[in-house]
Amino acid sequence: MIKAKMIKRQHESLLVDIGVPIFSILLAFIVSGLFLYFSGYDPGETFSRMLKGAFGSSYAVSETIVKAIPLMLAGLAVSLAFRMKLWNIGAEGQLYMGAFAASWVALSFGDLSSWVLLPLMFLAGFIGGAVWGFIPGALRGYWQVNETITTLMLNYIAISWVSYLVFGPWKDPASKGFPLTPRFTLSGYLPSFGDSRVHMGLLVAVVIAVLFYLVLRYSRWGYEIKVIGESQNAARYAGMNVARNMVLVMLISGGIAGITGMIEVSGITHRLQQDISPGYGFTAVIVAWLARLHPFSIIVVAFLFGALLVGGFGIQTFGIPYSIVLMLEGSILFFLLAGEFLRRYKIILVRKEEQ
Amino acid sequence: MKKFKKFGILLLVIMFAVTMVVGCGGQKAADDSDKQTAEKFKVGFIYIGTPGDAGWTFAHDQGRKYLEEQIPEVETVALESVPEGADSERSIEQLAQEGCNVIIANSFGYGDAMLEVAKKYPDIVFLHCSGLSTADNVSTFFGRIYQARYLSGMVAGAMTKNNNIGYAAAYPIPEVIRGINAFTLGVQAVNPDATVKVVWSNTWVDPTLEKQAAQSLINAGCDVLAQHADTPAVQQAAEEAGIYSVGYNSDMRSFAPNANLTGPVWNWGPYYVRAIKGAMDGTWKSESYWGGLEDGIVDLAPISDKVPADIVAKVEAKKNEMIAKTWDVFTGPIYDQDGTLKVQEGQQMTDDEKLSLDWFVKGVEGSPKS
Repeated sequence: MIKAKMIKRQHESLLVDIGVPIFSILLAFIVSGLFLYFSGYDPGETFSRMLKGAFGSSYAVSETIVKAIPLMLAGLAVSLAFRMKLWNIGAEGQLYMGAFAASWVALSFGDLSSWVLLPLMFLAGFIGGAVWGFIPGALRGYWQVNETITTLMLNYIAISWVSYLVFGPWKDPASKGFPLTPRFTLSGYLPSFGDSRVHMGLLVAVVIAVLFYLVLRYSRWGYEIKVIGESQNAARYAGMNVARNMVLVMLISGGIAGITGMIEVSGITHRLQQDISPGYGFTAVIVAWLARLHPFSIIVVAFLFGALLVGGFGIQTFGIPYSIVLMLEGSILFFLLAGEFLRRYKIILVRKEEQ
Repeated sequence: MKKFKKFGILLLVIMFAVTMVVGCGGQKAADDSDKQTAEKFKVGFIYIGTPGDAGWTFAHDQGRKYLEEQIPEVETVALESVPEGADSERSIEQLAQEGCNVIIANSFGYGDAMLEVAKKYPDIVFLHCSGLSTADNVSTFFGRIYQARYLSGMVAGAMTKNNNIGYAAAYPIPEVIRGINAFTLGVQAVNPDATVKVVWSNTWVDPTLEKQAAQSLINAGCDVLAQHADTPAVQQAAEEAGIYSVGYNSDMRSFAPNANLTGPVWNWGPYYVRAIKGAMDGTWKSESYWGGLEDGIVDLAPISDKVPADIVAKVEAKKNEMIAKTWDVFTGPIYDQDGTLKVQEGQQMTDDEKLSLDWFVKGVEGSPKS
């Protein structure tokens, strides 16, 4: 009897590294193409529209970038925690707390000039998210409370807190009761490039990626993160302060997710409202993993992911219902993630007796 | 460093592969279809939900279909489930770039994005449902659904046996509070002893949460349920519990054949047809439209056979008064929850007062804050 068995690949090989993703993408398009074909849509036309929607004009590219910026930042945020094997799935809530804190600054000190107001909003955004990262970080570092649960639960608190504010104390009296805060003053707007909606958040994301790269690669602290991620006991034995580092990493991870929130309110919505994030904090988890936690890869993967979301959403006007769009996006992701597994493991056939 | 190089190459290859696979074929077909659409008058819709919600977006989609039937030169496209944050501006812009002559959006949260895009496309007509602000090429439109709510409240008030009516509501904003007040005034007009318990589900579209809200009202002893939410989940909960219910948005009888008594419904089609005809012949003007029963934009779904004929007659009479504009819902005396007289006998609330309602009338149990 022959049985399939999975074993971990011993060596990294370029062929596998490149071949597997190409194969997964081809497979994804073939399967979703067949699916489209049998649902009565022209797959070639659909995919070409997706591509046009994401890259077809300078406007399309700019909107792809707009969608990618929060994914880049939130992806970077969670990747830092993941490197230490801290499962921060609370980027969504940290994003909302950052947006809340930055909005508070923008609404309270709106008459300051941009040069003062924007840095203050950045700082507030960072602090807002950092507090939301610190809480589960400290609980985990000092009391071994499972951070997956606490970060997840804190998401709901943050989102509800923002809802409370926009429905209650922060509601714009001129909004006839609709849940919106007043618009920020112009000095609270993050500058954008030309007349596109691509804002300075892009630079912030790139700068943070470079900083991450340098710190993780060259600093002692970067080394400590890596060691703690591999083995806490080894790290302790080597005299590293594991608990303090956990708190610090969660704090920074949350802070960067908070900056994501600041950038969305300051660069895009220009006021605090519900639904400032359609789940960026969760999508960021996929982005970070597909990029294998590498800072520069996160920038690129977030961009491609933005393209998939923007291009995919737009094909609705070709008559394709949103649910099919979601299935398309889902199947592409499924194959990519499955491919990632095959990159690390190989499947071999063995005779049962041999076991 | 070596590792990173590999990632870089890998990602380039991925990008290349996507481009290649996606790019082949279809290019020509796309151009052809663009030419075809240029001849027709194109109307684009931005939906907050999906037509499958059987409620709010479904009602708008019925209006879209009606529009296509009534004006054959019109072609429509729709983007569903458009989030209200950063994505809305891109979606509206996409419809503008694809050559839509009129763009209709069906949720208040699209306001900022719509005004931004409207600035860039002065020749396109924008219609914003339940919106706040107008511009030269942006109208807002809504209907006086509270009139139909009042009528549905009369039915509920007549059918409750224990004078305990429940209302599962989305969010504490004036639109919803206005509906609850109108419903309660209708209930008390036929049954002064009945009260209306309100619970907030804090969602527009979430069948699970809506059903939970309904369940909590059933547990509190309510024997008629009403709703301000987008899906028929409340109706289904009432059907399962064997009690009565009042729907919303569209005729929801098919979801709860035994429970559903009637319900306030939207009928957007005629408004769309009027506005688009105006845009086609150049007579369209920006306005802030708030039509009522007399325009047919709001109506009451067919009343169940279980409702006694004398009640149906009473409801019809009130409906006719509102159509004839001899009477409207928010006519005094109206008291708030504390019993304070808010609207003097014989006086009427102004539209501005109705649009910014943030308090409940007497007979409502619950808080106008979530």
